[in-house]
Amino acid sequence: MSILVYIRNVGGQLKKQSLELSAYAKAMADALNLDVTGLVIGTMADGELKKLGNYGMSRVLKVDDEQYNQRVNRVYTRIVEQAVNKTDAKYILFPDNAQGKAIAPRLSVRLRAGFIPQVLDLPSSFEPFTVKKRAFTGKAIATVTAHTERVILTPMLNSFGLPENAQDLEIQSFEPHIEEPDSRLELVGKQLSEEGVQLADADIVVSGGRGMRSSENFAMLEELAATLGAATACSRPVADDGWRPADEHVGQTGKIIAPNIYFAIGISGAIQHVAGVSGAKCIVGINSDPEAPIFEVADYGLVGDAFQIVPELNEVFRKHMHEKK
Amino acid sequence: MNFQLTEEQIMIQQAARNYAQRELIQDVIERDEKAIYPTEHIRNLAELGFLGMLVDPKYDGGGMDTVSYVLAMEEFSKVDSSIGVIISVNNSLVCYGLEKYGTEAQKEKYLKPLARGEITGAFLLSEPGAGSDATSQQTKATDMGDHYLVNGVKNWITNGNTASVYLLMAQTDPGKGHHGINALIVDRHAEGITLGPHENKMGMRSSDTHSVQFTDVKVPKANRIGEDGFGFKFAMKTLEGGRIGIASQALGIASGAYELARKYAMERKTFGKPIIRHQAIAFKLADMATEIEAARFLCLKAAWLKDQGQPYGIASAMAKQYAADMAMRVTTEAVQIHGGYGYVKEYHVERLMRDAKLTQIYEGTSEIQKIVVSRAIESGDI
Amino acid sequence: MRVFVCMSYVPDTTTKIRFKEANTQLDDASIQWVINPWDELALTRAVELKYDAASPVDEVEIVMVGGVRCEPILRKGLAIGADKATRIDVEPLDAFQTATQLATYLQGKDCGFIVCGIESGDYNEAAVGGMLAELLDYASVSSVSSVQFDGDAPVYQRDVANGKEQVKVDGPAVLIVQKGFARVPKIPNMRGIMTARSKPLDVIPAIEVEPLVEFVEYAAPPAKGRVKMLNTPEELVRSLSDEAKLL
Ligand SMILES: Cc1cc2nc3c(=O)[nH]c(=O)nc-3n(C[C@H](O)[C@H](O)[C@H](O)COP(=O)(O)OP(=O)(O)OC[C@H]3O[C@@H](n4cnc5c(N)ncnc54)[C@H](O)[C@@H]3O)c2cc1C
Ligand SMILES: Cc1cc2nc3c(=O)[nH]c(=O)nc-3n(C[C@H](O)[C@H](O)[C@H](O)COP(=O)(O)OP(=O)(O)OC[C@H]3O[C@@H](n4cnc5c(N)ncnc54)[C@H](O)[C@@H]3O)c2cc1C
Repeated sequence: MSILVYIRNVGGQLKKQSLELSAYAKAMADALNLDVTGLVIGTMADGELKKLGNYGMSRVLKVDDEQYNQRVNRVYTRIVEQAVNKTDAKYILFPDNAQGKAIAPRLSVRLRAGFIPQVLDLPSSFEPFTVKKRAFTGKAIATVTAHTERVILTPMLNSFGLPENAQDLEIQSFEPHIEEPDSRLELVGKQLSEEGVQLADADIVVSGGRGMRSSENFAMLEELAATLGAATACSRPVADDGWRPADEHVGQTGKIIAPNIYFAIGISGAIQHVAGVSGAKCIVGINSDPEAPIFEVADYGLVGDAFQIVPELNEVFRKHMHEKK
Repeated sequence: MNFQLTEEQIMIQQAARNYAQRELIQDVIERDEKAIYPTEHIRNLAELGFLGMLVDPKYDGGGMDTVSYVLAMEEFSKVDSSIGVIISVNNSLVCYGLEKYGTEAQKEKYLKPLARGEITGAFLLSEPGAGSDATSQQTKATDMGDHYLVNGVKNWITNGNTASVYLLMAQTDPGKGHHGINALIVDRHAEGITLGPHENKMGMRSSDTHSVQFTDVKVPKANRIGEDGFGFKFAMKTLEGGRIGIASQALGIASGAYELARKYAMERKTFGKPIIRHQAIAFKLADMATEIEAARFLCLKAAWLKDQGQPYGIASAMAKQYAADMAMRVTTEAVQIHGGYGYVKEYHVERLMRDAKLTQIYEGTSEIQKIVVSRAIESGDI
Repeated sequence: MRVFVCMSYVPDTTTKIRFKEANTQLDDASIQWVINPWDELALTRAVELKYDAASPVDEVEIVMVGGVRCEPILRKGLAIGADKATRIDVEPLDAFQTATQLATYLQGKDCGFIVCGIESGDYNEAAVGGMLAELLDYASVSSVSSVQFDGDAPVYQRDVANGKEQVKVDGPAVLIVQKGFARVPKIPNMRGIMTARSKPLDVIPAIEVEPLVEFVEYAAPPAKGRVKMLNTPEELVRSLSDEAKLL
C-alpha cells in the first residue's frame, strides 16, 4: 500500500506545490507506515525529479512518453488509475489547482473514491478518514469524512508548509496501457503567454485595484513584482474595465490563490475579493483610506497614497534583495 | 394582508439593483458634476424594458405592475435619481397618459416606440406663471378647424431636449377656465419650437430640463387626447400616478443615503469605537430606517391600490409628500453622519441630499400634496 | 445545437453563514439563494450564443439538482434566456451524488456541449463537471475561457499553465468554465421575466445514490489576528523579513 502523489509537469519543470504535496503525503505516510510514491506524466529530467526526495518521497513512477505531453483529462485519469492499481494506493493526492481539479473528480468516479478538495489540514482520523476543508468561499471550515476504500485529496497550498525530509528516491519508468488513446480531443492552436511568474504558482503576488486609477499606473506594480520575483494580479473591476487581462482577476469569481505574501494595493477588500486570497500566508494592505475593509483581513497595513508608497517600497525591496544576495 | 413580493417582482428589483450597482454607480459623480445626460444608460435600460415597464405588452411594454415599478424606481434612485426621473416621466406620465386616454391610432404611432424606449417623452404643464396653480395656463392652443395653433412658453420641462414626443397642456377656450384646456401630442421637432438653455440645477443634474417656447406651432386635431376641454382633467389624473413614481424616487434617494451612512457608521471610528456605537449616531440611523420603511409602505400601498383598480389619488399624495420630506431629512442626516466626508462629492451623500430637494417640489410641491389630503379630510373621503 | 447548463444555487456572497443542529447543518433560515456566480456566467454565454446568428446554438436547457426551494432560481435562469429548465428532485449531498443525478438525466441526450461552472460557492467542490464527464464517458475540457465555432464545430479555448490552447472535441464535451467565459452576468429583461413562467420547468424524480463523502460538522474560520499598522515602507520590509520570515 502507498500514498500516490500526482506531480504536475509544467514543461518539464516541477512546481513548489509538488514538493509541498510530497511533504504532506509523507506526514500521512508516517502515521500509517506507508511509502510515498509520485507519478509524473510526460517528459521530466531525473535531476528535476530528484528534488522530490528531499521532501519525503521515496519512489517516482515516470510515464516518459512524448505522446502524453499534451494533457487530455480522460487519458490522464486512466494513467493515474493504473498507477493507483500498481501501487495499491489508498490515498491519492492532487494539487488544488485547475489541473488537479480536472483529473481528480474523474478518477474519483472511476475508483468510487471519496473526493475531498480544498483540504486545510492533515487528516484528524484515518478510521473513518476525516479531514477539514474549506467551505462557503472561506466563510466556514467543514469537517468531512469519507467511508470509501480509497480517498482522493487536494490539499490547499500553504495548508501544511514544507518540512524537509530526505529520502533515497527511486525513479522507475511506468508504461500505462491506454487502449484507445483519446482521439476525440484535438489541439488546434496554442499561444504561449509571455515569460513571467504564473499567478497560480507565485509565492508573492502584487495586486492592484480600482485605486490604481488607470491601466498605465499598473506599470509601477509590474516593476515592484519584477523586483520581488512576484506575479501580478488585480480585482474584478480592474479586469472588467480591461486595465488588466481577465486571467489576473482574483476572487470569488476569479482565481483562488494562496501565495506567501499578497500585496493588495488600492483594493478596498470586498468580501468577494478576499474570498480569493484568504489562503494567503500574509496579506499586506496598502490603501489611502484607513477605514478600508482590507485592513480587517490584512496582516500588515500601510495607509497612504499608492502612487507615492509603491515606488518607495520598490526601492527599499530592491536594496533588501540586493543585500540578501 | 400579505407582505410577500412575487417572484417576478423580486426579479425586477434585482435586475434594477444589479444595473444600478454595477453600471450606474461607475460614472454617476461625473454625470452629476458635468450635467451629462445618460444617453447610453437610457438605451441599455430601454433594452431591459424599464422605459415602458408599465405598458401593456400589446403596445410593446413590459406589462409589469405598479408595485414592481416602485421597487425598480427605488433601486435606480438609490444610485442615480436623474435616471429615476427620466424613467418616471416616460412611464408614469407620458406612456400612462397615452395608454389610458389615447386613441388606438395615437397608441400605435406614439405609445409603441415610447414603450420600447426607442424614444422618450416629456410632459408639459408648468409655465412661468402656472406652477402649483396649474389652472392658470397661458399657453394657447387656438382651434383652427383641422388643427390647433400653439403659442406660449412652458418651463421646467424634464426631457425637454431629449424627448421626441411632448404631451402639452394648453388653453383653447379661456372663457371656460380650466375646462377650456386641451392635452395635445406634439412632435418635439415641429416647426416653431425653440428651447431655452439647459437649466443649471442644484440637483438631478443629469436629467435635462429646459423651457420650451411655442411660436405658431401647428398640431393636427388628431393629436388631441380625449374630448375637447379634457386637458386639465387629463393632467391631474396622470399626475396622480406620476406621484407614485416620484414618491418611490424619494424613497430610493433616502434608502441609498441610509445604506451609505450605515456602512460608514460601522467603519468610521472616533474615540476608540465605530461611530455607530455612539448613541447619537445609532438613533439617527434607527430613525432613518424607520421613516424609510414607513415611506416604502406608503408607496407600495398606493401602487397596490392602483394595481387593484381602486382610487389611489389620496394615497399617492400622502406617499409623495411623506417620502419627499422624509428623503430631505434622511439625506441631511446621512451627510451629518459622514461629517466632513459627507460634504464632498466622492462620498455620494451630498448629491443625494441635493437630489432629494427636488422631490419636494416637482409634480406638486409638498404643500400642494397636503392640500390634496386636507381637502379629502374635509370632504370626508378619508 | 442544444446546450445544457448545469446550475447550482448558493447563498448570496454577502449572506452571513450560520449553522444549526450543533453545527452539523447550514442554517438556511435567513439565506438569500442565488445562481452560483460561475454558472450564471456559463448561462449568460450560452444564451448569447443562442442569439448570435453566427453560432449553431439554438436551444439552452438548464439542469439543476435540488429541492423545490430552488425553483425561483431556475425561473431566473429562464428569465435570463434559457428555453427550458429541468429540476432533479433531491437535495444535493455531495459532488458524486449530484453528478450521478445529472449524468442519469443527460445520458444519451443529443447536445453540442454541457457547461458547468468551475466550482460552486457552497461546498467548494469543483468536482461536478469532471465527475459528470467521467460518468458519461465524455471528454472534459477545463479552464475554458471561450467557445468559438469553426463552421458548426465548437472550438474551445482553455487556459493552461503557460498560455492558452484551442481544442476541438469529436462528440459532446463537458466544459468547466471560469472567468472570462462571459464578462458579466446577463440581467434579465422584462420580456424574459414575463415569459419565464410560461417556459417548461420539468421536475423529474431522483435516483438512489449514496454519496461518497459526508459533511459532518462546520466551524467558523479562525479569527484573524489584528492587522499591524506600519508607518513606512522600511518598516514593512523589516516586518516581512524579520517577523513573518517570508522574504
Ligand atoms: C457576485 C459577485 C462576485 C464578485 N467577485 C469578485 C471577485 O472575484 N473579485 C473581485 O475582486 N471582486 C469581485 N466582486 C466585486 C467586489 O464586490 C468589489 O466591487 C471589488 O472587489 C472592488 O474592487 P476594488 O477593490 O479594486 O475597487 P474599490 O472598491 O473601488 O476600491 C478601491 C480602493 O482603492 C483605494 N484607493 C484609491 N486611491 C488610492 C491611492 N491613491 N492609493 C491607495 N489606495 C487608493 C480606495 O480607498 C479603495 O479602498 C464581485 C461582486 C459580486 C456582486
Ligand atoms: C427640475 C425640475 C423639473 C421639472 N419638470 C417638470 C416637467 O417635466 N413638467 C412640468 O410640467 N413641470 C415640471 N416642473 C415644474 C414643477 O412641477 C413646478 O416647479 C412645481 O409644480 C411648483 O411650481 P412653481 O415652481 O411655479 O412654484 P409655485 O407654485 O410658485 O410655489 C412656490 C411656493 O409656494 C407654495 N404654494 C403655492 N401655492 C400654495 C398654496 N395654495 N398653499 C400653500 N403653499 C402654496 C409652494 O408649495 C412653494 O413652496 C419641474 C420643476 C423642476 C424644478
